[in-house]
Amino acid sequence: MAVASLGDVVVTTGSFPLLSGVNLTLESGTTYVITGPNGAGKTSLLRLLAGLETPSRGSGSVLGFDLCSAQRRELRRHVGWLGHETSFYADLSPVENLQFAARTTGADVELIPSALERVGLTHRAKVPLKSLSAGQQRRVSLAWLLVRRPQLWLMDEPFASLDDEGRALVSELIAAAQASGATVVLTSHGALPAEIEATSIVIVGGRIDEVAS
Amino acid sequence: MIRLILLVAQKDLRIERRSRVLLWQVAPFGLMTLLLCGLAVGPNASTQAKLAPGLFYIVVMLVALLVINRTSQVESSRGTATSVQILGIDPGAVFLGKALAMFIQLSIVGVALLAGTTVLLHVPLDAAFVTLPVLLLASATLSMAGVLYGRIAASSANAGTLLPALALPAFAPILIAGERSFSSLITAGPLARWVGLLGLASATYACVGVLLYGALEE
Repeated sequence: MAVASLGDVVVTTGSFPLLSGVNLTLESGTTYVITGPNGAGKTSLLRLLAGLETPSRGSGSVLGFDLCSAQRRELRRHVGWLGHETSFYADLSPVENLQFAARTTGADVELIPSALERVGLTHRAKVPLKSLSAGQQRRVSLAWLLVRRPQLWLMDEPFASLDDEGRALVSELIAAAQASGATVVLTSHGALPAEIEATSIVIVGGRIDEVAS
Repeated sequence: MIRLILLVAQKDLRIERRSRVLLWQVAPFGLMTLLLCGLAVGPNASTQAKLAPGLFYIVVMLVALLVINRTSQVESSRGTATSVQILGIDPGAVFLGKALAMFIQLSIVGVALLAGTTVLLHVPLDAAFVTLPVLLLASATLSMAGVLYGRIAASSANAGTLLPALALPAFAPILIAGERSFSSLITAGPLARWVGLLGLASATYACVGVLLYGALEE
């Protein structure tokens, strides 16, 4: 079953095309890795799938939500996002950030302590986010994915800013998402850890160049 | 909807309480500006009292700009903006929640400034006291307008300088209505139409904000 379907989608910023005529179908329960040179459109494609970009032409749906309508906002509530620059409120602690996110989206607040423990942040759970390192801040975002339990995981350079332990944690979480039947889409500049099996999507100049298992 | 509004307001107030920008920077700035206004007008107490309503509301506007700028900055980094966007919270609730938090902050500083006018600009204490409801209405209007203009300015790389250019012209009717109301309370002049104007502006910004904030976020 397809979780996402894009037909000739064009995304522009001003007059500059970020994505040009993208046709793509993503199957449920599959892991995809988007690769390509800098500026190729990897993050733009991920943001499109998250409902964060509006197609200026073409059509598309993700998890049954139309990308060309106001349904994009509803879609966001059903995807998990780990951005390249992901960060919540700097003056709030990880617990406060996760509580705010959970209460506003209807996620289970009871899952927060175990999620923070899983990402190794129990001891830093109550200090302001701004006092955590970049890697630890990304762990807070990973904890949010564990609380949210999305059907579609979208991860922009998930191994960036992480130490070996953090990279192992991300690999473990991706494996757990795969095991639960979720679809995972991530971008990467380098090689993925060997334990992650993914279908490769190569993007060049805003166009899908190749999709290969 | 009400639950979401309260959650958003609670979050913004918690961030403010943690950073203490209002207490250590905004409120002292307002009081210092009020003091400078008094010095600029001269030592004549009756002149100071006569000009006090206008000077008071100019200081309130400047303070409001600082609070709006600060509130907008909290979510201005791309990472935070995306993390919040992905939560898909009802934009009407976000608008009203942020306006509620800003209203509470502006009201606190406004009351402190009003007390300051009695000491620094020789406004009669009873006039300062009875103008409190008008100040709260003006603060509510400024808050809703501020959330909107703050959101518009935040999308620019030059938000700090764009915000006053956008917001101050729009604040002019609030300034005039607030000043005339305050003066009317001191001189026992007509009050209803100025309060009515503030009420109308407040209702208009509330409707526009609830309807358009989502589009501004996009």
